[in-house]
Amino acid sequence: MKLKNLESLLGDLEQFSNPKIELEQYPTGPHIASRMLYTAENSFGDVSGKVVADFGCGCGTLGIAAALLGAEHVLGIDVDAESLEIASSNAEELEVEMNFVQCDIQNLKLRGLTVDTIVMNPPFGTRRKGADMDFLSSALKVASVAVYSLHKTSTRDHIKRAAIRDFNASTAEVLCELRYDVPQLYKFHKKREVDIAVDLWRFAPKRVQ
Amino acid sequence: MRLLTHNMLSCNVKGVTNGFPLIIQADKVLEKPAELNHDFLRNMFYKVDWKALVDAAKSMGYSELPESAEASMLESLDFLNRFHHALMELHLEEGALICPETGRKFPVDKGIPNMLLHEDEV
Repeated sequence: MKLKNLESLLGDLEQFSNPKIELEQYPTGPHIASRMLYTAENSFGDVSGKVVADFGCGCGTLGIAAALLGAEHVLGIDVDAESLEIASSNAEELEVEMNFVQCDIQNLKLRGLTVDTIVMNPPFGTRRKGADMDFLSSALKVASVAVYSLHKTSTRDHIKRAAIRDFNASTAEVLCELRYDVPQLYKFHKKREVDIAVDLWRFAPKRVQ
Repeated sequence: MRLLTHNMLSCNVKGVTNGFPLIIQADKVLEKPAELNHDFLRNMFYKVDWKALVDAAKSMGYSELPESAEASMLESLDFLNRFHHALMELHLEEGALICPETGRKFPVDKGIPNMLLHEDEV
């Protein structure tokens, strides 16, 4: 599938109707989502034929992108029932198979090394400090091949240090810098739309001996 | 929810040590055809807990898997078909997952298990 087609399919997905600020629910736009999964597949071969999990899947954009690019099994995990309902109908709409589990990422217990690749757009930790780090730490415990994640560019050094030193990553690499459009979703947003710089990361976990 | 997902989940309540595999209460099971991918199945064979898969499939009304399996069986197309069907095509749509140690029930609604914990379980 071409990048353009992927982006256009993802553009039709339904997004949060009542976003919850405490969960930092921001939609992952089709531009970013398509580039993230396209890179994972075409530069690293981490999607097609793999088991992919989408941590904090929200309306399912990243997981659906993985399924469209040929992931064999996709698991979306989110704490919020409403989001999962939208995600499930989004997957149905695009006729891709996706499994969902309602769970807090912090309390998730997945057995073994069955998940190959994790894709996620975690909360940036602006509402609850450290939420981004909790996601990263959990993801690096579960993925056996790679974790793709978005983090604010302003936190780059901190992310790299924590991933390698504290979360057992063998590599932590910024693949590209993207602009994340934050639409005016919440009342406290003064401007109509804000652009923030985010990094697309690829982390590889240390292989279990 | 496919049994592949079931094969990864364990009870996440704090203090539980034998929370795997979760017992399936199947109120509604769906069968959705999926394309068989040999390489994927061969790879998955070494990752799934076979006994958990056999028991899960049985509780969903499918008893065509051998009780024990070894890698040489992967040469058989018949075996691959059964393995594929159990792992990828059977879906738990309504019911519950039950912790084998504590009996804690996690409801499954529209194919989505609810693994949220109560405050005193974290």
